[in-house]
Amino acid sequence: MSGPGYGLRAPGALEAIESSARPRPRRVGAGRIASWIIFLAGVTYFILPLITTIAFSLRLQPFGQAYRNVINQDPQFASSLIYSGFIGIVTIVISVLLIVPTAYWVRLRLPRVRPYVEFVTLLPFVIPPVILVFALLRAFSGGPLPLTTSDEGLNVMVVGAYVILSFPYMYRAIDSGLRAIDIRTLTEAAQSMGAGWGRILWAVILPNLRVALISGAFLTLAIVIGEFTIASFLVRPAFGPYLSLLGHDRAFEPAAVSIISFGLTWMAMGIIALLGRGSRQSVQVAGAR
Amino acid sequence: MTVAPSAATAQGALPARPGRRFSWAWLGVVPFFVFAALFMILPVGVLLAGSFEDAVTGAPTIQNYIDLTEPNIVEAYGTSIEISLVTAIVGGFFGFLLAYAVILGGLPRILRTLLMTFSGVASNFAGVPLALAFTFTLGFQGLVTKFLADSLGIDLYGKAIGFSLYTKLGLEIVYLYFQFPLMVLIMAPAIDGLRKEWREASENLGASPREYWQHVALPILTPTLLGTMILLFGNSFGAQATAYQLTSGSIPLVTLLISNQISGDVFHNIGLGYAMAMGMVVIMAIAIGIYSRLQRTSERWLRS
Repeated sequence: MSGPGYGLRAPGALEAIESSARPRPRRVGAGRIASWIIFLAGVTYFILPLITTIAFSLRLQPFGQAYRNVINQDPQFASSLIYSGFIGIVTIVISVLLIVPTAYWVRLRLPRVRPYVEFVTLLPFVIPPVILVFALLRAFSGGPLPLTTSDEGLNVMVVGAYVILSFPYMYRAIDSGLRAIDIRTLTEAAQSMGAGWGRILWAVILPNLRVALISGAFLTLAIVIGEFTIASFLVRPAFGPYLSLLGHDRAFEPAAVSIISFGLTWMAMGIIALLGRGSRQSVQVAGAR
Repeated sequence: MTVAPSAATAQGALPARPGRRFSWAWLGVVPFFVFAALFMILPVGVLLAGSFEDAVTGAPTIQNYIDLTEPNIVEAYGTSIEISLVTAIVGGFFGFLLAYAVILGGLPRILRTLLMTFSGVASNFAGVPLALAFTFTLGFQGLVTKFLADSLGIDLYGKAIGFSLYTKLGLEIVYLYFQFPLMVLIMAPAIDGLRKEWREASENLGASPREYWQHVALPILTPTLLGTMILLFGNSFGAQATAYQLTSGSIPLVTLLISNQISGDVFHNIGLGYAMAMGMVVIMAIAIGIYSRLQRTSERWLRS
């Protein structure tokens, strides 16, 4: 609790000083109006493309026909969404399995390795997706690991690339999650009850990281589902390439699918925002640009 | 709680093993590094090595880097850098104003929550759907284009204005859609981190609001501002999907040139492709390097 000095002050003294400072003359006027103008200009810029896209998607008569067309009559819509969702989930599982033990271990036993881990998790910012996929295609199109020759191999490559893209967000989310809990004490407590490392991670650390894991997972999902560059160069039947093709071929359906895609992103981010109340927003830089 | 028991458990539970210097603890991080090596570091190493080789004979050469001075490649780098600079500066400036307006501008608090949540979504709304959304808005057949033409008689694509979404300017307008929100997301906590005490102290010393901003707030925020703008630069420098969807490659950008190189339908000098990729990585590395350095500087002030 507080040191002895604080207890000795006159009761209410600080509060009195604070409240005396509070009634600052409020500058209503130019500043406030300017703020409103800036805000409304920003809102207009942000909202206009969404409104027009919605309007465009509803133009095909009867009402909602563009949505019915893609959802009921275009099997590729569902299959590409399912494919991307599945790849996203595999990506998240592998990313969590790699990052949680690493971040935990670095905090607990290997603080000296931290700069190297942080450096590696920053690298996806330095290597844009188009370069990453270029590199992967070159590295695995022959040699000891010819992954480009089979569908399975290409799936491995796309998951590998997405796990790499997820590193910055996953690591940051999990590392700040670990900072918030006392892993040392938790580990000691678990050890003194006879738990091994696997059990400590699974039954003690993971449940305590729930919020961090979910926000890292949904951010990853949002990136993976709309990703275009890597998926298209690896010829994957994913959602991004599907939407791109649709955009070249049709008029109203792409608007409908864009709105669905925006809705999915909104949902993922909404869940993160709900969970992460008060904590710092994580920031996305790599991914589907 | 007293101190002694926790110290005792710490000693008991975590074996310090005095006398055994070598530790197997590093094995715990091996899977992570192996994965990163397999799917990122080694493949990029292949590009790096290839960039110093003759594509046909495999002999070591720096010809690929000399070839980067070919006019179309210089143009592509120039265009990419220009678009990135413009969107970083414009996005940074207005993003900062927007963050400032909702935090310190006396707007209702709910607007701030709204803007922050929306920014989280919008910074992720990029690539193909973003390009499509702008096509529906400001494209040749876009609804805003049509509205301006039909109701106000303003023909955006006409000779007088000569606007087109499928040009550099158009691409910049589209890129700003993910640049603003990123700026807002990073600047908002920084503006929040300006302590009330600093403002009060300067007011007590007789500073006007303008002097407070000029001598206190802005100098504190400058590293964050600059750093974030550099991050925005990298953000659009590496972008590919948006530009590809919007322009189908009609604007020369480095990412699109590399894309052509990958699909192999423009010029078949793969060594040159490697060199172009490495050029991008170097520029990104410089940008991210400066960013993380500046961020460390700003964290000293804005610890919250």
